[in-house]
Amino acid sequence: MGKVTGFLDFARQNERNLPTEERVKNYKEFILHLTDEEAKVQGARCMDCGIPFCNNGCPVNNIIPDWNDLVFKQDWEAAIDVLHSTNNFPEFTGRICPAPCEAACTLNINSDPVGIKSIEHAIIDKAWENNWVLPQISKIKTKKKIAVVGSGPAGLAAAQQLARVGHDIEVYEKNDRVGGLLRYGIPDFKMEKIHIDRRVNQMEVEGVKFKTNQNVGETVDPEKLVEDYDAVILTGGAEWPRDLPVPGRELEGVHFAMDFLPFQNKIIAGDKVSDQIKATGKHVVVIGGGDTGSDCVGTSNRHGASSITQFELMPQPPEQENKSMIWPYWPLKMRTSSSHEEGCDRDWSIATKSFVGEGGKVKELIGVKVEWRDGKMQEIPNTEFKIKADLVLLAMGFMGPQQTMLDKFLIEKDKRGNAKASTEGDKAYFTSRGKVFAAGDMRRGQSLVVWAIREGRQCARAVDEFLMGSSVLPR
Amino acid sequence: MANQKNLKQGLYNPKNEHDSCGVGFITNIHGRKSHRIVQQGLEILTNLTHRGATGYDPKLGDGAGLLIQMPDSFFREEIKNLKTELPEAGHYGVGMIFLPQSKSAREKCEAIISRMIAEEGQVEIGWREVPVNNKNIAAAARDVEPVIKQIIISRNKNCASQDDFERKLFVIRRRIEIEVNKLNIDDPAKFYITSMSSRTIVYKGMLLACEVGIYFEDLLNELMQSALALVHQRFSTNTFPSWELAHPYRMVAHNGEINTVQGNVNWMNARREKMYSLLLGRDLEKLWPLIENGQSDTACFDNCLELLVAGGYSLSHAMMMLIPEPWAGNSLMSEERKAFYEYHAALMEPWDGPAAVAFTDGKMIGATLDRNGLRPARYLLTDDGDLMMASEMGVLKFPEDKIIKKWRLEPGKMLLIDLEEGKLIEDDEIKELLSSEKPYQDWIKKSRYFLGDLKVIDVKFKHKESLLDLQQSFGYSQEDLSFILSPMIETGQENSGSMGNDSALPVLSNRPKILYNYFKQLFAQVTNPPIDPIRESIVMSLVTFIGPKPNLLGIDDKEPPFRLEASQPVLSIDELEQLKKIDSLTENKFKSKVIDITFVTDSDEDSAVVMRNALEDICKKADQAINDGFNIIILSDRATSSARLAIPALLACSSTHQFLVKSGNRTNAGLVIDTGSAREVHHFALLAGYGAEAICPWLTYETIKTLTDDFIMAQENYIKAIGKGLFKVMSKMGISTYQSYCGAQVFEAIGLNENFIEKYFTGTVSNVDGIGMDQVVMEAVRIHQLAYGNDPVLSNALDAGGEYAFRIRGEEHMWTPESIAKLQHSTKKNNYETYKEYAELINNQAHRHMTLRGLFAFKIKESIPLDEVESAKEIVKRFTTGAMSLGSISTEAHSTLAIAMNRIGGKSNTGEGGEDIRRSFPILKDTTISDHLDSDIIMRNINLKAGDSLRSRIKQVASGRFGVTAEYLASADQIQIKMAQGAKPGEGGQLPGHKVSDYIAKLRFSVPGVGLISPPPHHDIYSIEDLAQLIHDLKNANPKASISVKLVAETGVGTVAAGVTKAKADHIVIAGHDGGTGASPLTSIKHAGGPWEIGLAETQQTLILNQLRSRVILQVDGQLKTGRDVVVGAMLGADEFGFATAPLVVEGCIMMRKCHLNTCPVGIATQDPELRKRFSGQPEHVVNFFFFVAEEAREIMASLGIRKFNDLIGRSDLLDKQKGIEHWKINGLDFSKIFYQPKIENDTAKYNTESQDHGLQNALDNELIKNTISAIKDKSNITLDISITNVNRTVGTMLSHEVAKRYGNTGLPEDSIKINLNGTAGQSFGAFLAKGITFNLSGEGNDYVGKGLCGGKIIIQPPKKFRGLAEENIIVGNTTMYGATSGETYFNGIGGERFCVRNSGASAVIEGVGNHGCEYMTGGTVVILGKTGQNFAAGMSGGVAYVYNPNKTFKNYCNLSMVTLDKVEKENIESDIPQHLNLADEIILKTLIENHCQYTKSNIAKKILNQWDVELENFVKVMPIEYKRALNEMKETKKKEVA
Repeated sequence: MGKVTGFLDFARQNERNLPTEERVKNYKEFILHLTDEEAKVQGARCMDCGIPFCNNGCPVNNIIPDWNDLVFKQDWEAAIDVLHSTNNFPEFTGRICPAPCEAACTLNINSDPVGIKSIEHAIIDKAWENNWVLPQISKIKTKKKIAVVGSGPAGLAAAQQLARVGHDIEVYEKNDRVGGLLRYGIPDFKMEKIHIDRRVNQMEVEGVKFKTNQNVGETVDPEKLVEDYDAVILTGGAEWPRDLPVPGRELEGVHFAMDFLPFQNKIIAGDKVSDQIKATGKHVVVIGGGDTGSDCVGTSNRHGASSITQFELMPQPPEQENKSMIWPYWPLKMRTSSSHEEGCDRDWSIATKSFVGEGGKVKELIGVKVEWRDGKMQEIPNTEFKIKADLVLLAMGFMGPQQTMLDKFLIEKDKRGNAKASTEGDKAYFTSRGKVFAAGDMRRGQSLVVWAIREGRQCARAVDEFLMGSSVLPR
Repeated sequence: MANQKNLKQGLYNPKNEHDSCGVGFITNIHGRKSHRIVQQGLEILTNLTHRGATGYDPKLGDGAGLLIQMPDSFFREEIKNLKTELPEAGHYGVGMIFLPQSKSAREKCEAIISRMIAEEGQVEIGWREVPVNNKNIAAAARDVEPVIKQIIISRNKNCASQDDFERKLFVIRRRIEIEVNKLNIDDPAKFYITSMSSRTIVYKGMLLACEVGIYFEDLLNELMQSALALVHQRFSTNTFPSWELAHPYRMVAHNGEINTVQGNVNWMNARREKMYSLLLGRDLEKLWPLIENGQSDTACFDNCLELLVAGGYSLSHAMMMLIPEPWAGNSLMSEERKAFYEYHAALMEPWDGPAAVAFTDGKMIGATLDRNGLRPARYLLTDDGDLMMASEMGVLKFPEDKIIKKWRLEPGKMLLIDLEEGKLIEDDEIKELLSSEKPYQDWIKKSRYFLGDLKVIDVKFKHKESLLDLQQSFGYSQEDLSFILSPMIETGQENSGSMGNDSALPVLSNRPKILYNYFKQLFAQVTNPPIDPIRESIVMSLVTFIGPKPNLLGIDDKEPPFRLEASQPVLSIDELEQLKKIDSLTENKFKSKVIDITFVTDSDEDSAVVMRNALEDICKKADQAINDGFNIIILSDRATSSARLAIPALLACSSTHQFLVKSGNRTNAGLVIDTGSAREVHHFALLAGYGAEAICPWLTYETIKTLTDDFIMAQENYIKAIGKGLFKVMSKMGISTYQSYCGAQVFEAIGLNENFIEKYFTGTVSNVDGIGMDQVVMEAVRIHQLAYGNDPVLSNALDAGGEYAFRIRGEEHMWTPESIAKLQHSTKKNNYETYKEYAELINNQAHRHMTLRGLFAFKIKESIPLDEVESAKEIVKRFTTGAMSLGSISTEAHSTLAIAMNRIGGKSNTGEGGEDIRRSFPILKDTTISDHLDSDIIMRNINLKAGDSLRSRIKQVASGRFGVTAEYLASADQIQIKMAQGAKPGEGGQLPGHKVSDYIAKLRFSVPGVGLISPPPHHDIYSIEDLAQLIHDLKNANPKASISVKLVAETGVGTVAAGVTKAKADHIVIAGHDGGTGASPLTSIKHAGGPWEIGLAETQQTLILNQLRSRVILQVDGQLKTGRDVVVGAMLGADEFGFATAPLVVEGCIMMRKCHLNTCPVGIATQDPELRKRFSGQPEHVVNFFFFVAEEAREIMASLGIRKFNDLIGRSDLLDKQKGIEHWKINGLDFSKIFYQPKIENDTAKYNTESQDHGLQNALDNELIKNTISAIKDKSNITLDISITNVNRTVGTMLSHEVAKRYGNTGLPEDSIKINLNGTAGQSFGAFLAKGITFNLSGEGNDYVGKGLCGGKIIIQPPKKFRGLAEENIIVGNTTMYGATSGETYFNGIGGERFCVRNSGASAVIEGVGNHGCEYMTGGTVVILGKTGQNFAAGMSGGVAYVYNPNKTFKNYCNLSMVTLDKVEKENIESDIPQHLNLADEIILKTLIENHCQYTKSNIAKKILNQWDVELENFVKVMPIEYKRALNEMKETKKKEVA
C-alpha cells in the first residue's frame, strides 16, 4: 500500500484546469493531468482497504488500490498494465467518467476521496507518451468471424477483446468515423478525438476491420450479417432522444442536443459543414440538467452565446448528500461541471410550458415552477415566467435504442425498448436470436461510457465462450 | 452397553481424550519395606482428590491407582490358599489382570495366558482371585468392572537373572495382549494387564482416589509391604468408564501430556525393521506392534520406556533419551553432557510436552520434569530417609522437625533414588555419570557432519520456463509477493493481518487451491500449554538430522553411525546443492538420490491415474534407492515445465514418508524436499509434519530476487522468518523441537475424503470428507493450465489472489462492499427489508460457497404463525459481543457495544485489558458518555439514557491478566477465561506501545507507550486440573458470576469441552477459526483451527455422550452474521451466540483490515484521537442489528414449527446437506458426522438446564468471612489464627471479594484483617487478596501463591521447628503472584518457576527463584536475595528487579533481550537517571529488605542489613529498556511542562 498514514498526512488535490477565460477560446482539453510528484502524493492517500469499495464501485472493476500503490512507487509501467487489465480505454474514462469509484472510496465516508480518476488520467497519458500502449496481436487465429454493429465504447471494447483472442472482427459504423457517441457526442474540450484515433489504429493493427458509413438495418441487411458471421454483437447505443411535446416545439431553433453537438466535433475534425447550428450571439436555453446539457452549455459558450440558461425539471439536489445512508453508492448531489463554471444560469424545478416564436423561429420560452410531492409533479400557481430564447437545446436524456435496427434483427426487446439480454448466467448477453448478442446502451439503455466498456468486455467473453466452448477473457 | 459409548461415533473420537492429574510417590531411600509406605501412598491419593475429577455421577472418578514393590510376604501367605509353594523372592512374578465378565471369554483369556507362559518357557504357579469391595463404586464403573485376578509365574532356568526374567515377563505380556486382541471379545469389561513383573505390582481402577484402599482389600493387609508407593489420580476429559486408563502404568505415572505422541509412535514403528538387540534377540520381534493403536499418550510412553529398559538401558538413561533437557544452545551445560544429549538425539526424538513423570522399575524410583518445567513436582526428605514427591505439598504430613529438605523438581531435571544402594542421587550426579560412561564427545566429533561446515558449492540457478510461468504453475498470487514474501524479506518476520478470515474454505472455493490449504494446524488448549517461542526460546530448537537414524537399541555399538546435522531445516539453493553432492563432501559417508516428482501431462490418459502411478513410482524409487545404499532422498520438482506437472510436494512428501515407514526403510535415509511450492510458514510446517527433515524452497528464492536488491540479506531474513514462524506453529502445539515436530502430523484436514487421507496422510483427522485424488489432480492441472495457458490477465501478471484483501477477481468473501453497505444502511435506518437483503447476500451460498453452514438446508416441517414463536426480546438475551479489548478498539467503539448489549439484555465482553470502574456505576439520568466518564478520554460523544449501562457484563481473563483485580472480577456477571482465540489459537498477543495511551496504561497498570505482551499460555493453566483450579479461583473471586471458558474449534475440542465441564465451567464458548478481530500473524488467521460447525457439533455430541450437556451453557462464535447462522448454531448445540465483526461493521467498520496499524479511518480499531473523532457508531444501530437477527431467526423457527428457542437447541436432525448444488469439489462433502445425534438411553438434556456445584460451601473462606465480616463492614481491625492444609485452596479470595465489592481496589487500611495461618496452604493461596488483608503463614505455599494479588500482603516463613535453612529450601511453588497488580509479599525461602510472572505492580521479596523469574513483568518491584534460574526477565517491559548477586554469575541466567543490568542507585546521590517509583533504588531496596527481615526474621536479610554498604554493591538492578525509555520521556515532558 501507499503510505500507511498518507490519508492523514496529505490533502486531496484535484487536477488543475486552465482558466475559464482562456479555455473557452478554443475546443482543446483544458484539464491538466497531475505531475508525477503530485500523482505520487495522491497515490499515497490510498489506504489499500481490506475491502476496496472502489474496486466494486467501478463498473469495470479497476483494481484501483494496486495502481495507486504502483504510482506511489512510481512504477508507472506496471501501473498501466494493471489498469489495462480491467479497462481497454482508460484515456476515455480518465477524462469523462463521473468516477463512481470515488463515491465508493472509503475515505469518502468522512473525508475527501482519493483522486482516483486523476491518477488514472495520469497513468494512461504517461503510457501513451512513453509508447507503452502497444498492439497485442493474437498469436492464434480462430477463423471465427464476428460482426460488431456500432463503434461506440461498448463495440470497441468488445471488438478489441475478441480480436486479442484471435477472432476476425469487423465493426460496422453508420457514421463516417469510428467512435459513436465518443466521437460525436462528447465535445472535444472534454476529450480530444486523437484518443479515439490512437485506439482505432491500435485495434487495426490487432486485426479489427472498421467499416464506416455502413448503416446496419438501412444499407446493410441484418440477415446477411447473421448469415455471414459466426456471431453478431449489437452495440448500437441508445440514441433515441426524449422529446418535449409542448406548443411551439416545431419552431425553428428548438433542437435536440444531439443535433447540435456533433456539428462542432465534425468541424474540429476538419469537415466542412454547411448548416451548423450555432449559438453565437444567441440567447440559449438548455433543457435538461445532465451531462449532455452541460456539454451544450460548454459548446454554446465557445460559440459565443449572449446568454445561456439551463433548466432542470427535478428539484435542486443537496450540496452534500447524507453519506452515512448512501455511501458507497452514487449520491444524488449538486454537481457543478466545468462547463457551468464557464458561465451559465441554472434553475431547478422548472417545467417548460411552451415555446413562443416569431416567423417560425423561437423567441421565448414560457416556463413554470413546479414542486414534487410523493414523486408527483405539480405546477406552482402564479409562477409562470418568460425567458428569451433564440436557441433551445433539448438534453433530456434518451429513451432507448433506435428501434428500427432491433426490429429488423427480429429480436425481443425489454419494456423500455432495449435489446433484451441478461448479464449473468450461461446466456449472458445473448439476445433472443441465435448468435446475436447485445451490449452497452443498446442493451441497458442510456448510461456511462464506463458501463459500456464493461458490457463490451463481458459480452466479448460470452461470445468467445459461445464460439470456443470456453474463454480466458475476464468477465 | 455403557462401554460402547466410547467407540468412535459422529465427530467424537476416543483418540482425542486427554488426561492429566495429580501424581506422587513415597519411598524410603534405604529400601526399608513397610506397610506404612503403602498406607501413606493411599493417603497421598486421598489428599490429591481435588486434582482429579468426577463425571455426571459424583462417585464416578476418572481412575486412580498405586504401584508398589512386590509384596513377597503377602504372596507367601496368600499362596497357602492355593496349596502350592512360592519360589524365593525375585524368582516369581505376578501378573495383575483385568479379565472379562463373561466366564467363557475369561476362560479363553486364561488359556492364552497359560499357553504364552508355557511357550516362553516359564512355569505357571497358579491364579489368585483379587478380593474387591465394589459396594461404593459408581454404577457406571461397576457396569464395566473387570474380574481381577493375579497370575503367579515362576522363573525358569532359561532366565539367568532377574533382569532376564523381567524381560521374559515383558515378552509374555506383549504376546498375551496381542493374542487376546485377536479374539475380539465382546464384553463390558476390557481385558488388560496392569502389571506383570517380579519386582512391582499395580493396583488401579476406575475409582475415586480415596476408594483405592477400600476397593482393593489386599492393600489393607499388614503384609502388604513395600519401600515405595507410586500413586496417581487421574483427571480425564471424558467420563467413559475405562478401568485400564488409570495410572500408574507398568513403569510410569505421568502428569502432563505428550504432544508429539503421534509422531513418536510413527517413528517407533519406522524403526522396527532396523532395530535389533543383543539382549532381546529374537524376542524383539514378538513385541510388535510395540504400541497398540488408540492408547493414551502415557501408555505409549510407558511401552517405549519398557522397550528401552528391556533393551538394556538403565531407567535413568532411558528417561534422559525420552525427555531430554534443552541442550542445543545451552551455554550453562557441560560439554560432556551436551555430547550425551546430542548423541542420543539422533537415536530418539524427544517425547515432548508438559510432563512430570514418576518412574520405577522396583529397584529405583525417580521422577523427571519436562524441559520447560510445565508441571509441578515438589519433594521433601526426612531424617528417616523417607522421601515424598507429589504434585503439591501437604498431601502427607510429616513432623516438621523430621524434615531436612524441601525442594522441587526443576525443569528438565531428574531425581533418582536407588533403593538397592539406599541413596538419593541428584540430577547432576546421575547425568554426569551417564554422560561420562561412554566417550560421547569423541563419538560426536568422529561421526558428525555439520551442514554449515561443509564446503560451499556455488550454483547458478537456471530454468527454461519464465519466472512468471513457474510462479503461476505453483499457484502463486500477487498476494504471495505483497503479503507473504515482501514483509518477510524486509523484516525477518511474518506479516500480521486482522479481522479474521471470511473467505471461502478451500474445498468450497470455485478457484483451484493448492493442497497445503486443505490442512489446518492443531494447537494446544487447556490440556497442555502452548509455549512462548520468543520469550522462552531457550527450550526451542530447529536442529534437524538429515539422514539415517541409528539402531535405537544399539546400546553396545562401538562405532557410532554417521550423522548429518543442520541448525535449521530451510535450505538455500547452495545447501541443497551440497546435499546433492554430499558423497564427495563426506567421503562417501552419505549418498543422496534426487527423485523427480513431476510427470508428463499431455498424455491422453486420465491425469489422476497418471499421478497416482507417478506417486507410486516415486515411493518405489525412493525405497529402491535406499536398498541401493543411498541414505538421503531428495524429492524435487525443479523439472516442472509446460509439459511436466509437479505433484503437490506435500503429497509426494507424505506418501513417500509413509511408504518408507511401512517398508521399514524410513530410518535408513533422510527425506529432503526441493520444491517450488513452499513459500509460507504453513507450507514448511506441513512438509515437516509429514516427514521432511529439510526443505529447499527454490522458487521462493528466485521470486525474492525480483523483490530486492540485496538478495543475501533478503534470503537470510526469509529463512529467519520461516524459522520464527515454525517456532510459532510448533509452540502453539506445545512442541519445542523440530525433531519431534517432524512427522508428528499435528494437523487436521478439512475437505479431503477418507480414502485420500487414509492412503496418503494416514492418521490425519478429516471430518467432513470432501475431494479425493481426482479433484486434487484436477486442481493441480487447472493451476498448471492457467500458468501455461492463454489467459490474457495472467499473461503478464500473477493472479490477484484476494485471500487477504477483497478483489473482484479474487477469492470470494462474505464481507463484500454490498453486504457491508446493506448492513450499515439497514441498521442506521432501522429498515428490516434492507437487512433481509443483507442476510440474503450472506445466507444464500448457492453460487458463492464459503462456509459449511452455507451448504446446509433446513428440513422444513409444518410451519406455525410467527407470533407463536418466542419473542425477539427474549432471543436477543442470548447474544453477546466478542471479546475486544479497550486498547484493540477505541473507548467509543467499546462503550457503544456495552450500551447496546445492556439495552437488549445481552452481554458485552471487556476483552483483555481491564475496565474503568466508572463504567459500572449506574446511569440515573439522561446524560452523555463524556459527562459520565471524563471528557478527556472521549473523542466522540455518545448520548446516554437513564437506565443505560456502560458496564461489560462479561469480564475477560486472558493470559496477560491485564487489569484483572478483585474489583474488576467483582463487577462481572460472567468471567471468561480465554483459552484461545479464533484468529490465533495457541498464541499470545501484543499491544504495541503506540496503542498504550495514558488511559489504557492506567487500566492495565502499565506504563504509557510501553508495549504489552500477552503470553501464549496462561501460566496457571498447563493442564486440565489447572484450569479447574483457575475456575475455582475465579468463582471464589465472584461467587455470583458464571465462569466461562473460551475454546477454539479443532478436532478434539469436544473432548476438551467435556473436561472443561468436569472442571466446573458454567459456560463454554466454541469459537470458529475464522472469527477474530485482533491482529495476528497471517499464518494463524488462515491456517489454524477449524470451522465452528464441526467444533460445536463435536462438543454437543461429546457432552451428550458424557451426560454433561445439561450442566453448561454453550456459546458459539466466529463470523456469525445472520439469524440463519443463529439457527444453525442452535441446531448444532449452542445456547448462546457471540458476534464481533458484524456489530463492528454496524458501528462503521468497513473491513480495512488495518487494525494492527492504528490507522483505522472510522475510529474503531485505533487509539489515535484524531481518528477516533471520526467514529460514527451509535448504540441504537447495534440494537437494531440484534433485533433483526433475532427476527430472522424467528421467521426460520416459524417455518420449522418451533416455538421455544430451547427446543431448537441440538436439533441437528433438522439439518440436511443442501440439494442441487453441483460442484466438482463440493460434491464429496459429507456432513453426516456433523448432523449425527448420539443415541442416548434416557432423556438427556440437549441444552443447559442445571448449574454446576462449585463446592464453595467447603471453602475455608466461609469461616474467615464469618469471623471478619463485621470488621470489614465497619473497617475495624481484627486478627485471626487458623490452621490450613493443601486441600484448603484459594484461601482469602472469597474474603477479598467481600472487601472488593464494598470498597473496590481501594480496599481497607493496611493490616485491617490479619490472619495468621499454620500449615501447608493449598494452591492459589491469597489469590486476588485485597488491600487491607494480611496473611502470615507459617509453613509453605504451593503453586499460584498471590495470584492476581491486589493490595493484600502475604508473608510466608517456614515453621519454627523446620530443621533446614530457610534460604536453601523451597517455600512457595510455581507461578507465584501471576498477574499481581499491587500488594506485598515476603517469602522466607525459595520459589519455583516463573516467579512474579506478569506482575504489574506488586512488590515481593524472596530468597531465590527458579527459571523464567519476572517473565513479562510490566510493573512492580521484586527483590531476590539468592539465585535465580535461567531466562530471568524474559519479556519484562516494566518494573524493576533487584537481584543479590555476590558471585557475579547472574548475567548468565538473565535474558538480556529486553533489560539492562545496572548498578543500584544510591540514596542521596544526585543523578539524572529516571527513578522507579520516584525513589532512589537504595531506599526502595532497603525498605523491602527491612520489611522482610521484620516479617519473616530472614537470616539472609539480617546478614545483608548488617553489612548494608558492602552488600549493596552485591545487588544488580534489572531494568527494562522500554521502561527506562518511558521514564525518560515522562521526565522530559515534565521538564518541559515546568519550563
